[in-house]
Amino acid sequence: MSAFTDRVDTALADRNLKIAVERTAGTAEAKRTIAVEAFPDFERARDRAAAIKDHVIANLGLYLERFEANAVAAGAKVHWARTADEACEIVIGICKAANARSVARSKSMLGEEIGLPHALEAAGITRIETDLAEHIIQLADERPSHIIWPAMHKTREQVSVLFKAKHRDPHQEETIAAMAESARRHLREGMLAADVGISGANFLVADSGAVCTVTNEGNAELSLVPPRVHIVTAGIEKIVPSMGHAVHMLRMLSRSATGAALSQYTTFYTGPRRPGDRDGPEEMHIVLVDNGRTMMRETGLAKMLRCIRCGACMNHCVVFRQIGGHAYGATYPGPMGAVLTPAFDGLAKNRDLPNACTLNGKCQEVCPVRIPLPTLLRGWREKSWREGLEPTSLRAGLGTWAWFARRPALYRAATASTLRAMRLMGRGGWLSKLPLAGAWTEHRDMPKPAAQSFMAQYKKGRRS
Amino acid sequence: MTPTPPRVALFVTCLVDMIRPQIGFAAIRALEAAGCEVVVPDAQTCCGQPALNSGDRDTAADLAKRAIAMLEPFDHVVIPSGSCAATVRVHYPEILEHDAEWGPRAIALAARTFEILAYLDEVRGWKPEGVALDATGTYHDSCSGLRELGIKRQPRRLLAAVEGLSLAPLAGAETCCGFGGTFCVKYPAISNAIVAEKATAIDATGADLLLAGDLGCLMNMAGKLNREGSKVRAFHAVELLAGMGDGPAIGEEA
Repeated sequence: MSAFTDRVDTALADRNLKIAVERTAGTAEAKRTIAVEAFPDFERARDRAAAIKDHVIANLGLYLERFEANAVAAGAKVHWARTADEACEIVIGICKAANARSVARSKSMLGEEIGLPHALEAAGITRIETDLAEHIIQLADERPSHIIWPAMHKTREQVSVLFKAKHRDPHQEETIAAMAESARRHLREGMLAADVGISGANFLVADSGAVCTVTNEGNAELSLVPPRVHIVTAGIEKIVPSMGHAVHMLRMLSRSATGAALSQYTTFYTGPRRPGDRDGPEEMHIVLVDNGRTMMRETGLAKMLRCIRCGACMNHCVVFRQIGGHAYGATYPGPMGAVLTPAFDGLAKNRDLPNACTLNGKCQEVCPVRIPLPTLLRGWREKSWREGLEPTSLRAGLGTWAWFARRPALYRAATASTLRAMRLMGRGGWLSKLPLAGAWTEHRDMPKPAAQSFMAQYKKGRRS
Repeated sequence: MTPTPPRVALFVTCLVDMIRPQIGFAAIRALEAAGCEVVVPDAQTCCGQPALNSGDRDTAADLAKRAIAMLEPFDHVVIPSGSCAATVRVHYPEILEHDAEWGPRAIALAARTFEILAYLDEVRGWKPEGVALDATGTYHDSCSGLRELGIKRQPRRLLAAVEGLSLAPLAGAETCCGFGGTFCVKYPAISNAIVAEKATAIDATGADLLLAGDLGCLMNMAGKLNREGSKVRAFHAVELLAGMGDGPAIGEEA
């Protein structure tokens, strides 16, 4: 058994997980449908979103330089990181230079991708996660299971139990309002005490050097404005040419993610506090992270760099809905994760991910930037096949089958004897146990095959 | 003057060939009723979809070339399966994209290849006449047909012409049933969780019959329904359209 199938078994046995995932993803699915129907010409808007991203990815160097120049002109410091480790070193270096003891972090999947929480801990820096779901995850000492709702694997009933144990408030945290209030009290203390605020970026706007964050809780604003230093970590593909482009992408992002027209809070940060400003950080640092993205652009995964991290593909994925995000074993779950994880973490360790997909195409149908996810997943399967990573049993089975498929006469003979053998094992019209097909008959019956194949009957003269 | 009937090659698919030949014969009956001259090319085996989806592109390309050479002489190619039809229509041109000789041939064949329900409805403008069945059915939209070939209204229009048959809406009709070709045997636990939900949704419709256009999906759903003791009977839609809906359903002995 692979580690993946172990995690799948754990997930499938967890009834709370299924309830939790259905509540959140089911609601998101329904709300997205309504939002998209109300959007004038959503299909053209998707074309435009895909075109914007493709243009930026094809001219990445140009726009990154433009972004850097404008961010620097606005007073920010721009750093470049080739790898996850480099990115973490830069962030830790900035924290240490600022004598930071505690940092407030606003949710960022890039931060998870590069292992920033762990790096901060290793450097002895206290970290407070200010996104409500990330706060839940931090209290439970777990990892996010979704890119929009990191704690989507937990029911509110489970969160209530967790808060009672960890918040130690004298309040009864049974209702959502009471739980939110309790979290607010805890989080605000940490936000106001933090020396450094760390965020990701939903978009980097090239022509102004602005960094855009989107939240529904306002935690980014409260985490990034009071501290002395603001650090942004962002993947280099997050760039858009102008504010107009950012706004178009925002319309696609929020509708695809939650079905909302816009998120509650959308903020553009351009440089640190200016003379005369009443608030804002004294320093703003922007760490631009490659971590495999340039390689993806050059190795057939350029279209994956269109991804705006909306999560629609996983919300609509029939596999994700059954196993949740943790089973994917990586920062990014669902269909987009199954494409990204082998790129970031190697194919050999992750060959299950592109395989554990029915190729039903729903993810592509809902992707706001039209990423051909099934095609990219097939691409990983091909690479896995070429590199000999697919199991021997599968290779042998398919090889035998293909050998016969190239030889119609032998194929007919083999078919006839297979049918005879299979029919011997039937009871009534069904087979409920089949050697070599246990994976099928463990869970469902197999209709007993025909006594004679179609081709045999047709050749004997049956016509209809 | 009667127009010359198109010479149509019927590609029956390996599952239909082995598990449920009735679908092939129903296809012939419907195609002939729709004014086609039907030929079943003798050299057909499998379209290569399992190789393609397992990453064995070389084998997929080889089988694609064989299929193209075999099917080229016909006016149209008709396949009683959305996923096999999509393999020819959508994926053959992709697989052979960089092949100067076979690429254009793949594109030409793709344009003449159709899934049977789409072909009967859209290309032939056919409706079953004098076909009656007093039953309530529910239709599952198989993923490849739906998303790669745009098959949605065609089967419903055709089935609406069957006298006495009513269609009950299926919640999540467009949600994958968890078959996914080799997926169902590579990841049986996930596949089972998916098809279990599908079976519950099918039962909840109160329909007598489960209908779809792909035998793979039908085997998966019918196999689960039977294991769970459901009374819902499963047919390929073309069997009903050909007036064979009073015969044994999938998994029933003749």
